[in-house]
Amino acid sequence: MAIERDARLREAQSWGDFHRFVIDAPAVGREARPGQFVMVRVSDGTAPLLRRPLGIHDADGNGFELFFKVAGRGTEILSQKKVGDRLDVLGPLGRGFTIPAPAEGTAVWLVGGGRGIAPLFFLARRLAEAKARPVVFYGGRTSADIPIRGRFERAGIELICSTDDGSFGFAGLVTALVSRELDKSRPAIVYACGPDPMMKALAAITARHGVPAEFSLESVMGCGIGACWGCVHRIRGAGGDDWVKICEEGPVFPGERILWP
Amino acid sequence: MALTAGSVDLTTDLGFLKLRNPVLTASGTFGYGLEFGPYLDLARLGGIVVKGLYYRPRGGNPPPRLVETPSGLINAIGLQGVGVEAFAAKVLPELRRAGTAVVVNVCGADDDEYAAVVEFLDRQEGIAAYELNISCPNVKKEGACPALAPRPTYDLVKRVKAASRRPIITKLSPNVTSIVEIAQAAAEAGTDAVALVNTFLAMAVDLETRRPKLGNVYGGLSGPAIKPIALRMVHQVASRLDVPVIGMGGIMTGVDALEFLVAGAAAVEVGTASFVDPDAAARVVDEIEAWCAARGVAAVRDLVGTLRTP
Repeated sequence: MAIERDARLREAQSWGDFHRFVIDAPAVGREARPGQFVMVRVSDGTAPLLRRPLGIHDADGNGFELFFKVAGRGTEILSQKKVGDRLDVLGPLGRGFTIPAPAEGTAVWLVGGGRGIAPLFFLARRLAEAKARPVVFYGGRTSADIPIRGRFERAGIELICSTDDGSFGFAGLVTALVSRELDKSRPAIVYACGPDPMMKALAAITARHGVPAEFSLESVMGCGIGACWGCVHRIRGAGGDDWVKICEEGPVFPGERILWP
Repeated sequence: MALTAGSVDLTTDLGFLKLRNPVLTASGTFGYGLEFGPYLDLARLGGIVVKGLYYRPRGGNPPPRLVETPSGLINAIGLQGVGVEAFAAKVLPELRRAGTAVVVNVCGADDDEYAAVVEFLDRQEGIAAYELNISCPNVKKEGACPALAPRPTYDLVKRVKAASRRPIITKLSPNVTSIVEIAQAAAEAGTDAVALVNTFLAMAVDLETRRPKLGNVYGGLSGPAIKPIALRMVHQVASRLDVPVIGMGGIMTGVDALEFLVAGAAAVEVGTASFVDPDAAARVVDEIEAWCAARGVAAVRDLVGTLRTP
C-alpha cells in the first residue's frame, strides 16, 4: 500500500455514466490483487473532502484500471478528468478474493451487477491465467448498464449477460439466471459484486445449493485504512456477530459470514 | 531573516509534558496509531492520541456511520473499540517502540468506568498522558455527555485526577453556551490541560427518502467547516484561563495549525485530515517548520498566544 500522488490518467473511455480509466501508478499496480480497492482523491480542495473508494478493475506493473459509474459529486468530478491529468491514489487496500488452489481446471462463476462488474474483470483474468474455467454472469437493468461486455469477450472469458428489461441476453434478474444455471451444474465457488439486494439474493441461492461464495461489499468510507471505523457491516465471527470494518477485513467476505440487513 | 528549516526549534512544553513538536493526532481519527505506520514515521509527530477506550470492547452504532457535508464530515461511530485489555496486549507494546508520545483517550459510561480505565492503564508503561473524553456526542441520546455542564465536568475530572498517576487532558465539547465556563470547571477540578473542540452535534437529511443520513440520526461534524468556530473557542479559553489549551477543529495545513497556536493553543491535534491523507499530520509538522523558517521564527513556542487583538 502506497500513496501515489503523481499517478496519471493515461486512457479514458466512457459509456454514458460509466467510465473506464487506465492510470499510470506502478506502486499500486504492482501490488494489486483482485478484489482490492483504491481511495482516490477527486479534488485538491476540501469539497469533496474525502477520498472515494473504488474497486480495482485491472492491474499490471505499470498501473491499474478503474471502471466506475457516476453516483454522486465525487465520481462526477472524477469522470471529468482528462487524459494526462494527475491523480492522487492510495492503495491497494483491503483483502481480495480467494483464488482456489489448485485452480487448474476448476469451474468458477463470477456474478456482477452494473458497476459491480468492476473488480470481476481483474479476477476473471487472474483466474484464467491460473487455468481455472471462469464463467462471468453480467447483469444490468438494460443493455446500457452492461457496457464492457466486449472486454471479457476479447480476453477469451466466457460471458453470459442478462438484462431486467430483456434488451440484451437473458431477460430477467442476473440472480434468476444464476439460479437456473445452478440447477444444471455446480462451480467450485461463486464470486459476486453488485447492489446489496442482488448479493443478498445470491447468498441465499448459493447457500441453498451448498456452493461456497464470496461477496465484495461496498460502503461509504472515511479513510480506507481501518482508522475511522466508519464502513462497518454486520459480520458473523468466532466471538459472535460484530460490526466489522469493510476496508480492513474486507471488502470481500465469505457468504456464510455476512449478515444481510 | 530566514532560517534553515532544520534550525527552527519546534519543541513544545505543556508544563506536564514535553513534546518534540506541537502536532498531535486527534482521537478517533488516527485509529490506534499502528494503522498509519505504512504512511508516515510516527516519530516525526509530537504525539498521538489513540481512539477512545472503554474498559470492555464496544460495538458502536449501526451504519450508515459517516456522511460527507460541504468541507466537513459527520460521524456517528459510537466509540466502537477493542477495550483496555486488548489495547494493552496487542497495541501498546508496538506503540512504545514508535518513538512518539502516546496519549490514551479515556471513555466511560459513568464516572466509575473512567476511573477503572485509568487504573488499568496506570499499570501499563509507555503512556504519556490521558485525554479524558467527556464530550463524545455519539454515545448517549441527543449527544448527552458530561462536558455539557460544569458540575458533571468538575466531578468527573476530580474523580479521574485522583485515580490517575498520569497527567489528565480534558477534551471539551463545543455544544455548549459558554465553553469558558466548562473549561474553568475542568481547571478547578485539577485538569492539567484542556483539549478543544470535539465535534459539533449535527445531522444530514436525505430528502428523497425523508430519512436521516446517519443510522444514529445525529452525529458529530468535523473538518474544515468547523475551523472558524473552533478557533474562536480556543481563543476564548486560552485568553481567559491559565490552563494549557490543545486546539483542534478542521486543521488541514501548517497554516491552520499556526493560526490555532497564535490564538493561544500550546499544541494542536490534526483530525479529519488524516482520513484524507494518512500522512497529513507529518505534513503539518513540515509546513509549520517551513513557515517559521521562512519568517525567521526561531522557536515555534514564541508564537503561542501572540494574536494582536484590538
